[in-house]
Amino acid sequence: MVKSFFIIFGCLALGELVVALTGIKFPSSIIGLILLTVSLQMGIFKVNQVKKLSDFLIDNISFFIVPPGVALMLYFDLIKDNLLAISVSVLFSTALVMIVTGYTHQALRRWGKKRNKLKNG
Amino acid sequence: MDALWSNFVDFLSNKYFLLTLSFGFFFAATKLRKRTGWVLLNPLLVTTFLLIFYLKVTGVSYDAYQESGKLIDFWLKPTIVAMGVPIYLQLKSIRKQLVPIIASQLVGCLVGIVSATLVSMWMGAPNDVVISLAAKSVTTPIAMEVTQSVGGISSLTAVVVVFSGLLGAVFGFKWLAFSGVDMPISQGIAIGTASHALGTSAAIERSRNYGAYASMGLMLNGIFTALLTPTILRWMGLM
Repeated sequence: MVKSFFIIFGCLALGELVVALTGIKFPSSIIGLILLTVSLQMGIFKVNQVKKLSDFLIDNISFFIVPPGVALMLYFDLIKDNLLAISVSVLFSTALVMIVTGYTHQALRRWGKKRNKLKNG
Repeated sequence: MDALWSNFVDFLSNKYFLLTLSFGFFFAATKLRKRTGWVLLNPLLVTTFLLIFYLKVTGVSYDAYQESGKLIDFWLKPTIVAMGVPIYLQLKSIRKQLVPIIASQLVGCLVGIVSATLVSMWMGAPNDVVISLAAKSVTTPIAMEVTQSVGGISSLTAVVVVFSGLLGAVFGFKWLAFSGVDMPISQGIAIGTASHALGTSAAIERSRNYGAYASMGLMLNGIFTALLTPTILRWMGLM
């Protein structure tokens, strides 16, 4: 378990270092995620060295978001004043993203399959 | 007696007690949803609501809660890093259909950021609200980090993320069927892209494969959104 913590916090700390040195506006955690994926792919670490901890963290993700959710009470007025704009834009955008993504994937996938068939047949 | 009462009032903001409340509410909310099977009883929403209610009623300050709250949300960043494991495990199946996946993810990511910000801007929301909606399609911890790095209100992001997740979980398959998207892979990916983990859990209820595709969409859109949001917002003149 200590090793898993070392690997995951190590990737995160490296991400923090990159952000501190370059000053980029980018979450250190995403840099850490990419580092972890790449090092697993390169075989620097093995999946079974981190899998247990990673499953535990991911399974409990919505609990970790509770405190930031509570911070919402500081913004009640702001939300009340913009409730309609927020709800309409989120509803519209969510439906649009879903349809556009699904449609693009399906169209490209069918096109790819057809091309393969032509090539092989 | 007065001393006893004031000790009790102090106890209401005791950090171990506040942590216990957070665990307890979340546990109860999870049970409640399991028993009723009702998606709207999202444990995160229910727990947040109960805690805010508790703070308002007892008069315990937000700052006092955050003393223990920061012990919980400390784990968000390591959790995002940990998502590298499922991404690694899916690299093989992503590589098999690299172009359709990457292209649809990029389109979805762009459409999500631009449509949410444009519509809210047209409807007169102030800049900090508009920025906080940009990352609403991706999984909460990533979305909040993105919002923080572009100067928005990350707790507002946390709420709209849950909102878009619930919408996708409840209506997603209907929207997709209505617009002629009928391939299971495409449906799964679309739901994960637009509605992150909540949509994914709805997809898993259909089948495990749906869930795997959905989590692929969830992961990739998270990374793309983190990479592209600052640039897109700059282009749009929002920061």
